[in-house]
Amino acid sequence: MKKEVERIVIVGAGQAGSALASVLREKGFDGDLDLYGDERGLPYQRPPLSKGYLKGSLGLGSLLLRNRSFYEERRIGVYNGLRAIAVDPAARAVSFEDGSFREYDVLVFATGSRARLPAISGIEFPGVHTLCTLDDADGLRRSIKAGGRAALVGGGYIGLEVAASLSALGCHVTVLEREARLLARIASPQLSEFFAVYHAGYGVDVLTQAHVQSFEAGRDGRVCAVRLADDTSLACDAALLCAGGEPNDELAAQAGLKCDQGIVVDIEGRTSSPGIFAIGDVTRRPLPLYGDRMHRIESVPNAIEQAKQAACAILGLPRPSPEVPWFWSDQFDAKLKIAGISIEPDEILLRGSPEAEKFSILHMKGGRLICLESVNATADFMAARMLIAGQQILQTSSLVDPGVELKTLAT
Amino acid sequence: MTEIHMVARDGSITFLKAQAGRSLMETLRDGGAADIAALCGGNCACATCHVYIDTASVLPDKTDEEADMLSLLLHEQPNSRLSCQIRITGDMAQLHVRIAPEE
Repeated sequence: MKKEVERIVIVGAGQAGSALASVLREKGFDGDLDLYGDERGLPYQRPPLSKGYLKGSLGLGSLLLRNRSFYEERRIGVYNGLRAIAVDPAARAVSFEDGSFREYDVLVFATGSRARLPAISGIEFPGVHTLCTLDDADGLRRSIKAGGRAALVGGGYIGLEVAASLSALGCHVTVLEREARLLARIASPQLSEFFAVYHAGYGVDVLTQAHVQSFEAGRDGRVCAVRLADDTSLACDAALLCAGGEPNDELAAQAGLKCDQGIVVDIEGRTSSPGIFAIGDVTRRPLPLYGDRMHRIESVPNAIEQAKQAACAILGLPRPSPEVPWFWSDQFDAKLKIAGISIEPDEILLRGSPEAEKFSILHMKGGRLICLESVNATADFMAARMLIAGQQILQTSSLVDPGVELKTLAT
Repeated sequence: MTEIHMVARDGSITFLKAQAGRSLMETLRDGGAADIAALCGGNCACATCHVYIDTASVLPDKTDEEADMLSLLLHEQPNSRLSCQIRITGDMAQLHVRIAPEE
């Protein structure tokens, strides 16, 4: 371990920050280690906010990443409800909204992302929500009721997960997607088509090329309708803005760190400023398995991978091998698991049967698998993580034959 | 109440009391098992809560999904389970659980 590192301050107490603190201790860091977050309570998991927690099947206790004694036993300070307002890289100090400040040897930004607010008039009306934090989820839950109508602005993963959760609670849900298909920027057209049909089968209304212009409020001041660009109006009791996320990188940018829609970092999480690292949703990072292409990834596995990389770099330990990015999403009974990232595929293959709701879509480039989207096909997903890491040339005929297990193709 | 005898990766042993209704993963995680990453929070998506069950207890059967996850792990053994998929019930007297190595 480098001798000079005795004080590590992590700004952001979400999944990335919490994981980093835990890994640093596991790998032997013995100095001061403090996590500062601007939310109440202990670090928690965000993925269930649109799924189990929203539906009520998962309680608050299950959401916590670790309980209090975990942090206490490891001498990890968790300071909640304290927002960092400035970082001075020259003085190696961070200051907080209550006037206090902390000096550090290493600072880590793990400030995450927030919901992007589209340019729609009336987003300030009560009943119009975003979904990023526990408070957001509680607010959304209070706004909806069985038999009510919900309008979801954005047909990405969060929008579709919320559509499934609210339908399960007995709401009538309309998904309003600006693009020509659901998941337009993040999934293959084949997967988009599957989810459009699948959600319709559960009674979710999916409108594409729907340009939301404004929200309208009723006499009580609460949202009561969404108006589209073609002047149609849809009644609703609650609305959710789920049109993507954006990085909380302002503090880093003010401190002079290089940012480009996210804090720019290397594979080990180093920013452009010595002694300052960044991990998780807030970063734009290279993807070693994809020609070091720079990408901002909002996912739990990405946060954990970067936490491990940064911990090793901070402590002067060998660099871990790069991991294949992966993602998951649950909607009704469909378990979607994605391995890899689809960057400029030159061939798309289908394996299995969308009609049977068990299939995988393979994204190929130069004969290699770069991404696999699986629906209720876990064995394909697990094998894809190996095949993508292996970067070997694969035979199309074997890939599309459900009789051939993908794991047998790994060399 | 179910008693759990947990062996961590470093061989250290912890005794835990498990509450019926919770998952084994949550019980181990909240019992301080740093080795249980449980990245996906119990969704049977990450296999980072992989354990070996060393007692012949009556456990719920594996779903196809769990079996598929396990079958691709380097450290799979016949007594492998994903602890997020095991819900503690009152009739489980004692469980001997070993945390599997990291993949």
